[in-house]
Amino acid sequence: MGDLAMQKSPLKVAILRFPGTNCEFDTQYAFEKLGHSTQIIWHKEESISDDTDLVVVPGGFSYGDYLRSGSIARFSPVMKAVGAYAKNGGKVLGICNGFQILTEAGLLPGALKRNNDLHFISKHQHLKVINTDNAFLNQCKSGEILHIPIAHADGNYYIDKEGLDRLEANGQILLRYCNASGEPEVVNGSLSQIAGICNEEKNVFGLMPHPERALESILGSEDGIKMLQGFAL
Amino acid sequence: MKAVVNVYLKEGVLDPQGKAAHHALVSMDFEGIQDVRIGKQIVLTLETEDRVKALEEVKEMCETLLANTVIEDYSIEIL
Repeated sequence: MGDLAMQKSPLKVAILRFPGTNCEFDTQYAFEKLGHSTQIIWHKEESISDDTDLVVVPGGFSYGDYLRSGSIARFSPVMKAVGAYAKNGGKVLGICNGFQILTEAGLLPGALKRNNDLHFISKHQHLKVINTDNAFLNQCKSGEILHIPIAHADGNYYIDKEGLDRLEANGQILLRYCNASGEPEVVNGSLSQIAGICNEEKNVFGLMPHPERALESILGSEDGIKMLQGFAL
Repeated sequence: MKAVVNVYLKEGVLDPQGKAAHHALVSMDFEGIQDVRIGKQIVLTLETEDRVKALEEVKEMCETLLANTVIEDYSIEIL
C-alpha cells in the first residue's frame, strides 16, 4: 500500500445520500483510506459547500429504482446544487446508481437501460482503460486492464450514433468491458462495451463498476485505489 | 379527468424484455409474431377539466420525468 504515500493534498469529498443509497459508507471508507476528508450529504440539502473538491454520487437503489433507475433522485433538491457545482467546473463522480442519476440529470450523455439478459449481474469484471487524459483515470495507463466488481441490473449503456461519435472523438470513453486478455466482452449489452464515460468538459465522470469495492487484494482486487487516486493529483 | 401515458423504448433501441417475451411466445408455438415491445402505462388522475391544459401539462411531465427521451417514446391519451 506504499502508493498511498503518494497522495498530495487531502480533498474534501461530499458523498450524496438518497433514500435507497447503499454504497455511501463504502465510498466514505475508500476516500478516507486515501487520506481525504468526507462528508455524507442528505439529498434534501440545497447546497454544496464551496470548498468541496469532489462530489460523489454513490451506488445503491435510490427511490427503489422506481420508474427508471435514477429518474426520481435527479429531482432531489441536492441535485440542483450538483448541477450548478458541475457547471462551475466542480468535479463529480457517479458510481453505478450514481452514473444512472447523472445521465438522468443530463450531466452525462446517454442512458442506462436494463441489461440485455435481464439479469442482475454481480461479479468481478475486467475493464480496459481507454482515456486517461482526465482528472479521474490519470493514474491508470491507457490500455491497462483493471479488475473491478460490477453489480447492476441497468448498466446497458445506450447513446445514439452521433452521440457515440462525439464520445469517441472527444476522448470521453473512460472504460470498456473486456476479458482477462483485454478483448472486448459483452457483459450487459452496453453499446461499444462502454462501462464508464465523462462529459465533454471532463469534470463529470460516471461508471457502472465499483472501484470503492476494490481496495484490498484480500477481497479480490486493489485496482480501485489507482482509479480513485487520480482525483488527488 | 384521466391521462393515460404509454412509454416504450424507441424503435431501434433493443427491448430485451420484449425480446424475451417474444422468444417465450414462439416456444409456446404461437405463430406469426413479428415483434414484441414491452412498455409501461402511467395513469394520472387530474383535477382539471381543461383538455388542452391537461395535455400540455402531461407532455411536460413526460419530457421531464415520466419518459427518458434518450431511449423512450411516449404517447398521451386524455380520457
